Amino acid sequence: MSDKMRIAGQFIAALPFSEALNMSLEDLGDGVAVISMPYDSKLVGDPRTGVIHGGAVSALMDTCCGAAVMSHPSNAGGTATIDLRIEYLRAAKPGQKITARAECYHVTRSVAFVRATAQDEEDGSPVATATGSFVVEGKR
Amino acid sequence: MSGRPKPETVQVIKKRRDGALNALVSGVPYINFLGIEFDRRGDELTAILPFSEKLIGNPIIKAIHGGATASFLEVTSIITLSWSYLWEDLESGALDVDKMDSEHMLRLPKTIDFTVDYLRSGLPRDAYARATINRSGRRYASVHVEAWQDNRAKLFAQATGHFLMPHSRG
Repeated sequence: MSDKMRIAGQFIAALPFSEALNMSLEDLGDGVAVISMPYDSKLVGDPRTGVIHGGAVSALMDTCCGAAVMSHPSNAGGTATIDLRIEYLRAAKPGQKITARAECYHVTRSVAFVRATAQDEEDGSPVATATGSFVVEGKR
Repeated sequence: MSGRPKPETVQVIKKRRDGALNALVSGVPYINFLGIEFDRRGDELTAILPFSEKLIGNPIIKAIHGGATASFLEVTSIITLSWSYLWEDLESGALDVDKMDSEHMLRLPKTIDFTVDYLRSGLPRDAYARATINRSGRRYASVHVEAWQDNRAKLFAQATGHFLMPHSRG
Protein backbone atom coordinates (compact mmCIF):
# COMPACT_ATOMS: atom_id res chain seq x y z
CA MET A 1 0.00 0.00 0.00
CA SER A 2 1.38 3.40 -0.97
CA ASP A 3 1.28 6.34 1.46
CA LYS A 4 -1.47 7.95 -0.55
CA MET A 5 -3.54 4.78 -0.29
CA ARG A 6 -2.78 4.47 3.40
CA ILE A 7 -4.12 7.98 3.99
CA ALA A 8 -7.21 7.20 1.89
CA GLY A 9 -7.68 4.04 3.91
CA GLN A 10 -7.43 5.86 7.21
CA PHE A 11 -9.99 8.34 5.94
CA ILE A 12 -12.43 5.55 4.99
CA ALA A 13 -12.03 3.70 8.29
CA ALA A 14 -12.48 6.99 10.16
CA LEU A 15 -15.91 7.71 8.68
CA PRO A 16 -18.12 7.82 11.78
CA PHE A 17 -20.39 4.95 10.73
CA SER A 18 -17.52 2.71 9.56
CA GLU A 19 -15.73 3.47 12.82
CA ALA A 20 -18.85 2.65 14.86
CA LEU A 21 -18.84 -0.78 13.20
CA ASN A 22 -15.06 -1.14 13.85
CA MET A 23 -14.21 -1.59 10.17
CA SER A 24 -10.55 -1.68 9.23
CA LEU A 25 -8.89 -1.39 5.86
CA GLU A 26 -6.82 -4.45 4.95
CA ASP A 27 -5.81 -3.57 1.39
CA LEU A 28 -6.50 -0.87 -1.18
CA GLY A 29 -5.37 0.08 -4.67
CA ASP A 30 -6.33 0.49 -8.33
CA GLY A 31 -10.02 -0.08 -7.89
CA VAL A 32 -9.81 -2.95 -5.39
CA ALA A 33 -10.48 -2.73 -1.64
CA VAL A 34 -10.45 -5.23 1.23
CA ILE A 35 -12.14 -4.20 4.50
CA SER A 36 -12.84 -6.31 7.59
CA MET A 37 -15.37 -6.00 10.42
CA PRO A 38 -14.92 -7.93 13.69
CA TYR A 39 -17.80 -9.81 15.33
CA ASP A 40 -19.58 -7.68 17.91
CA SER A 41 -22.64 -8.61 19.98
CA LYS A 42 -24.15 -5.16 19.34
CA LEU A 43 -24.42 -6.02 15.63
CA VAL A 44 -26.52 -9.15 16.21
CA GLY A 45 -29.73 -9.29 14.18
CA ASP A 46 -31.18 -12.56 15.42
CA PRO A 47 -30.89 -13.02 19.19
CA ARG A 48 -31.81 -16.71 18.91
CA THR A 49 -28.74 -17.52 16.84
CA GLY A 50 -26.30 -14.66 17.50
CA VAL A 51 -25.90 -14.09 13.76
CA ILE A 52 -24.88 -10.57 12.65
CA HIS A 53 -27.68 -8.48 11.11
CA GLY A 54 -27.77 -8.33 7.30
CA GLY A 55 -27.77 -4.54 7.54
CA ALA A 56 -24.30 -4.59 9.12
CA VAL A 57 -23.04 -6.81 6.29
CA SER A 58 -24.64 -4.34 3.82
CA ALA A 59 -22.81 -1.49 5.53
CA LEU A 60 -19.51 -3.36 5.20
CA MET A 61 -20.20 -4.10 1.52
CA ASP A 62 -21.19 -0.48 0.80
CA THR A 63 -18.07 0.89 2.50
CA CYS A 64 -15.83 -1.60 0.73
CA CYS A 65 -17.35 -0.89 -2.70
CA GLY A 66 -17.09 2.87 -2.10
CA ALA A 67 -13.45 2.51 -1.09
CA ALA A 68 -12.73 0.51 -4.27
CA VAL A 69 -14.28 3.31 -6.37
CA MET A 70 -12.29 6.00 -4.54
CA SER A 71 -9.07 4.09 -5.13
CA HIS A 72 -9.68 3.77 -8.88
CA PRO A 73 -7.20 5.89 -10.90
CA SER A 74 -9.94 7.48 -13.04
CA ASN A 75 -11.93 8.75 -10.04
CA ALA A 76 -10.78 12.20 -8.88
CA GLY A 77 -12.58 12.47 -5.58
CA GLY A 78 -15.28 10.91 -3.50
CA THR A 79 -18.20 8.75 -4.51
CA ALA A 80 -21.82 8.00 -3.66
CA THR A 81 -23.84 4.80 -3.98
CA ILE A 82 -26.45 4.81 -6.76
CA ASP A 83 -27.64 1.22 -6.28
CA LEU A 84 -26.48 -1.76 -4.27
CA ARG A 85 -27.81 -5.31 -4.32
CA ILE A 86 -26.76 -7.85 -1.70
CA GLU A 87 -27.33 -11.59 -1.81
CA TYR A 88 -27.11 -13.34 1.54
CA LEU A 89 -25.76 -16.78 0.70
CA ARG A 90 -25.49 -18.16 4.22
CA ALA A 91 -25.42 -16.97 7.83
CA ALA A 92 -22.02 -15.71 9.00
CA LYS A 93 -20.63 -17.83 11.87
CA PRO A 94 -21.22 -16.05 15.20
CA GLY A 95 -17.92 -14.89 16.71
CA GLN A 96 -16.09 -14.66 13.40
CA LYS A 97 -14.69 -11.60 11.62
CA ILE A 98 -16.24 -10.76 8.24
CA THR A 99 -13.96 -9.61 5.42
CA ALA A 100 -15.23 -8.00 2.22
CA ARG A 101 -13.33 -7.63 -1.04
CA ALA A 102 -14.65 -5.25 -3.71
CA GLU A 103 -13.45 -4.54 -7.21
CA CYS A 104 -14.49 -2.07 -9.90
CA TYR A 105 -15.04 -4.28 -12.94
CA HIS A 106 -15.96 -1.44 -15.26
CA VAL A 107 -15.58 2.33 -14.89
CA THR A 108 -17.00 4.96 -17.23
CA ARG A 109 -16.65 8.75 -16.99
CA SER A 110 -19.63 8.93 -14.65
CA VAL A 111 -20.35 5.46 -13.23
CA ALA A 112 -18.32 2.68 -11.60
CA PHE A 113 -19.69 -0.87 -11.65
CA VAL A 114 -18.55 -2.80 -8.60
CA ARG A 115 -18.69 -6.42 -7.44
CA ALA A 116 -17.95 -7.61 -3.92
CA THR A 117 -17.89 -10.79 -1.84
CA ALA A 118 -17.78 -11.20 1.93
CA GLN A 119 -16.33 -14.14 3.85
CA ASP A 120 -16.12 -15.13 7.49
CA GLU A 121 -13.16 -17.05 8.91
CA GLU A 122 -14.33 -20.37 7.45
CA ASP A 123 -12.50 -21.11 4.22
CA GLY A 124 -14.52 -21.57 1.14
CA SER A 125 -18.02 -20.35 0.42
CA PRO A 126 -18.74 -16.63 0.75
CA VAL A 127 -21.31 -15.30 3.23
CA ALA A 128 -22.67 -12.68 0.84
CA THR A 129 -22.12 -11.19 -2.60
CA ALA A 130 -22.91 -7.68 -3.81
CA THR A 131 -23.15 -5.73 -7.03
CA GLY A 132 -23.51 -1.99 -7.20
CA SER A 133 -23.19 1.13 -9.28
CA PHE A 134 -21.44 4.17 -7.86
CA VAL A 135 -20.95 7.81 -8.87
CA VAL A 136 -17.56 8.68 -10.40
CA GLU A 137 -16.46 12.23 -9.75
CA GLY A 138 -14.82 13.94 -12.72
CA LYS A 139 -11.33 15.41 -12.78
CA ARG A 140 -11.20 18.90 -11.37
CA MET B 1 -77.19 -11.34 28.75
CA SER B 2 -76.46 -11.02 25.10
CA GLY B 3 -74.28 -13.60 23.32
CA ARG B 4 -71.79 -11.04 22.11
CA PRO B 5 -68.71 -10.77 24.38
CA LYS B 6 -67.88 -7.35 25.76
CA PRO B 7 -65.16 -5.63 23.69
CA GLU B 8 -61.81 -5.30 25.45
CA THR B 9 -60.95 -1.90 26.86
CA VAL B 10 -58.63 0.26 24.77
CA GLN B 11 -55.98 0.06 27.52
CA VAL B 12 -55.91 -3.74 27.38
CA ILE B 13 -55.63 -3.75 23.58
CA LYS B 14 -52.89 -1.10 23.50
CA LYS B 15 -50.92 -2.77 26.25
CA ARG B 16 -50.97 -6.08 24.41
CA ARG B 17 -50.05 -4.64 20.99
CA ASP B 18 -47.42 -2.18 22.21
CA GLY B 19 -45.97 -4.82 24.52
CA ALA B 20 -45.61 -7.29 21.64
CA LEU B 21 -44.03 -4.68 19.36
CA ASN B 22 -41.64 -3.61 22.08
CA ALA B 23 -40.62 -7.22 22.80
CA LEU B 24 -40.01 -7.81 19.08
CA VAL B 25 -37.93 -4.66 18.55
CA SER B 26 -36.00 -4.52 21.82
CA GLY B 27 -34.84 -8.12 21.40
CA VAL B 28 -32.62 -7.24 18.43
CA PRO B 29 -29.27 -5.71 19.48
CA TYR B 30 -28.53 -4.12 16.08
CA ILE B 31 -31.82 -2.16 16.19
CA ASN B 32 -30.86 -0.76 19.59
CA PHE B 33 -27.35 0.03 18.33
CA LEU B 34 -28.77 2.11 15.45
CA GLY B 35 -31.39 3.71 17.73
CA ILE B 36 -34.33 2.78 15.48
CA GLU B 37 -37.81 3.20 16.98
CA PHE B 38 -41.23 2.09 15.73
CA ASP B 39 -44.42 4.08 15.79
CA ARG B 40 -47.66 2.05 15.60
CA ARG B 41 -51.05 3.17 14.31
CA GLY B 42 -53.32 0.12 14.44
CA ASP B 43 -51.32 -2.49 12.54
CA GLU B 44 -49.36 0.09 10.50
CA LEU B 45 -45.74 0.65 11.49
CA THR B 46 -43.48 3.61 10.78
CA ALA B 47 -39.80 3.21 11.57
CA ILE B 48 -37.87 6.22 12.83
CA LEU B 49 -34.10 6.60 12.63
CA PRO B 50 -33.19 9.56 14.88
CA PHE B 51 -30.12 11.33 13.52
CA SER B 52 -26.89 10.72 15.39
CA GLU B 53 -23.27 11.60 14.59
CA LYS B 54 -22.23 7.95 14.35
CA LEU B 55 -24.49 7.46 11.30
CA ILE B 56 -22.44 9.87 9.17
CA GLY B 57 -20.71 8.54 6.07
CA ASN B 58 -19.65 11.79 4.46
CA PRO B 59 -18.26 14.18 7.11
CA ILE B 60 -18.05 17.11 4.67
CA ILE B 61 -21.77 17.30 3.95
CA LYS B 62 -22.73 15.29 7.08
CA ALA B 63 -24.64 12.80 4.93
CA ILE B 64 -25.92 9.55 6.43
CA HIS B 65 -23.76 6.55 5.47
CA GLY B 66 -25.22 4.39 2.68
CA GLY B 67 -24.71 1.40 4.95
CA ALA B 68 -26.74 3.04 7.72
CA THR B 69 -29.53 3.74 5.21
CA ALA B 70 -29.42 0.14 3.94
CA SER B 71 -29.53 -1.14 7.53
CA PHE B 72 -32.49 1.11 8.36
CA LEU B 73 -34.42 -0.16 5.31
CA GLU B 74 -33.64 -3.81 6.07
CA VAL B 75 -34.58 -3.49 9.74
CA THR B 76 -37.88 -1.84 8.74
CA SER B 77 -38.61 -4.67 6.27
CA ILE B 78 -37.87 -7.48 8.74
CA ILE B 79 -39.84 -5.93 11.61
CA THR B 80 -42.83 -5.08 9.39
CA LEU B 81 -42.85 -8.63 8.02
CA SER B 82 -42.52 -10.21 11.48
CA TRP B 83 -45.18 -7.87 12.84
CA SER B 84 -47.65 -8.94 10.12
CA TYR B 85 -47.63 -12.58 11.22
CA LEU B 86 -47.18 -11.77 14.90
CA TRP B 87 -50.32 -9.61 14.66
CA GLU B 88 -52.49 -12.56 13.60
CA ASP B 89 -51.27 -14.77 16.45
CA LEU B 90 -51.57 -11.91 18.90
CA GLU B 91 -55.15 -11.03 18.00
CA SER B 92 -56.29 -14.66 17.87
CA GLY B 93 -54.83 -15.27 21.31
CA ALA B 94 -52.37 -17.90 20.03
CA LEU B 95 -49.46 -15.79 21.31
CA ASP B 96 -49.01 -14.56 24.86
CA VAL B 97 -47.02 -11.31 25.12
CA ASP B 98 -45.73 -12.18 28.57
CA LYS B 99 -43.95 -15.19 27.10
CA MET B 100 -42.07 -13.12 24.48
CA ASP B 101 -38.77 -12.96 26.33
CA SER B 102 -35.29 -13.63 24.98
CA GLU B 103 -35.71 -17.41 25.32
CA HIS B 104 -39.05 -17.48 23.52
CA MET B 105 -38.18 -14.92 20.87
CA LEU B 106 -40.10 -15.07 17.67
CA ARG B 107 -38.27 -16.66 14.77
CA LEU B 108 -37.32 -13.84 12.42
CA PRO B 109 -37.42 -14.05 8.60
CA LYS B 110 -34.01 -14.35 6.90
CA THR B 111 -32.98 -11.98 4.14
CA ILE B 112 -32.38 -13.71 0.79
CA ASP B 113 -31.49 -10.57 -1.16
CA PHE B 114 -31.88 -6.84 -0.72
CA THR B 115 -31.57 -4.12 -3.37
CA VAL B 116 -31.24 -0.49 -2.31
CA ASP B 117 -31.91 2.44 -4.60
CA TYR B 118 -30.22 5.60 -3.30
CA LEU B 119 -32.26 8.54 -4.55
CA ARG B 120 -30.75 11.50 -2.65
CA SER B 121 -28.13 11.85 0.05
CA GLY B 122 -29.42 11.32 3.59
CA LEU B 123 -29.38 14.67 5.40
CA PRO B 124 -28.29 15.10 9.04
CA ARG B 125 -31.81 14.82 10.47
CA ASP B 126 -34.31 12.10 11.43
CA ALA B 127 -35.43 9.61 8.78
CA TYR B 128 -38.65 7.63 8.49
CA ALA B 129 -39.53 4.42 6.65
CA ARG B 130 -42.54 2.27 5.90
CA ALA B 131 -42.53 -1.18 4.32
CA THR B 132 -45.19 -2.84 2.18
CA ILE B 133 -45.48 -6.61 1.92
CA ASN B 134 -46.18 -7.28 -1.75
CA ARG B 135 -46.18 -11.05 -1.44
CA SER B 136 -46.31 -13.16 1.67
CA GLY B 137 -46.28 -16.86 0.89
CA ARG B 138 -45.50 -19.91 2.97
CA ARG B 139 -41.86 -20.06 1.81
CA TYR B 140 -40.86 -16.50 1.08
CA ALA B 141 -42.04 -12.89 1.07
CA SER B 142 -41.34 -9.92 -1.18
CA VAL B 143 -41.16 -6.56 0.60
CA HIS B 144 -40.80 -3.00 -0.68
CA VAL B 145 -39.66 -0.24 1.66
CA GLU B 146 -39.50 3.54 1.29
CA ALA B 147 -37.57 6.06 3.37
CA TRP B 148 -37.91 9.83 3.55
CA GLN B 149 -36.86 12.73 5.75
CA ASP B 150 -38.67 16.08 5.62
CA ASN B 151 -41.14 15.35 2.89
CA ARG B 152 -43.08 12.07 2.54
CA ALA B 153 -43.28 12.45 -1.24
CA LYS B 154 -39.51 12.96 -1.63
CA LEU B 155 -37.92 9.60 -0.87
CA PHE B 156 -34.19 9.56 -0.18
CA ALA B 157 -33.96 5.77 -0.54
CA GLN B 158 -36.11 2.79 -1.37
CA ALA B 159 -35.44 -0.95 -1.47
CA THR B 160 -36.92 -4.29 -2.42
CA GLY B 161 -36.01 -7.48 -0.64
CA HIS B 162 -36.88 -11.16 -0.53
CA PHE B 163 -37.12 -12.97 2.77
CA LEU B 164 -37.26 -16.62 3.76
CA MET B 165 -40.13 -17.20 6.16
CA PRO B 166 -39.33 -18.97 9.44
CA HIS B 167 -40.35 -22.67 9.55
CA SER B 168 -42.50 -22.55 12.63
CA ARG B 169 -44.26 -19.40 13.61
CA GLY B 170 -44.59 -18.27 17.20
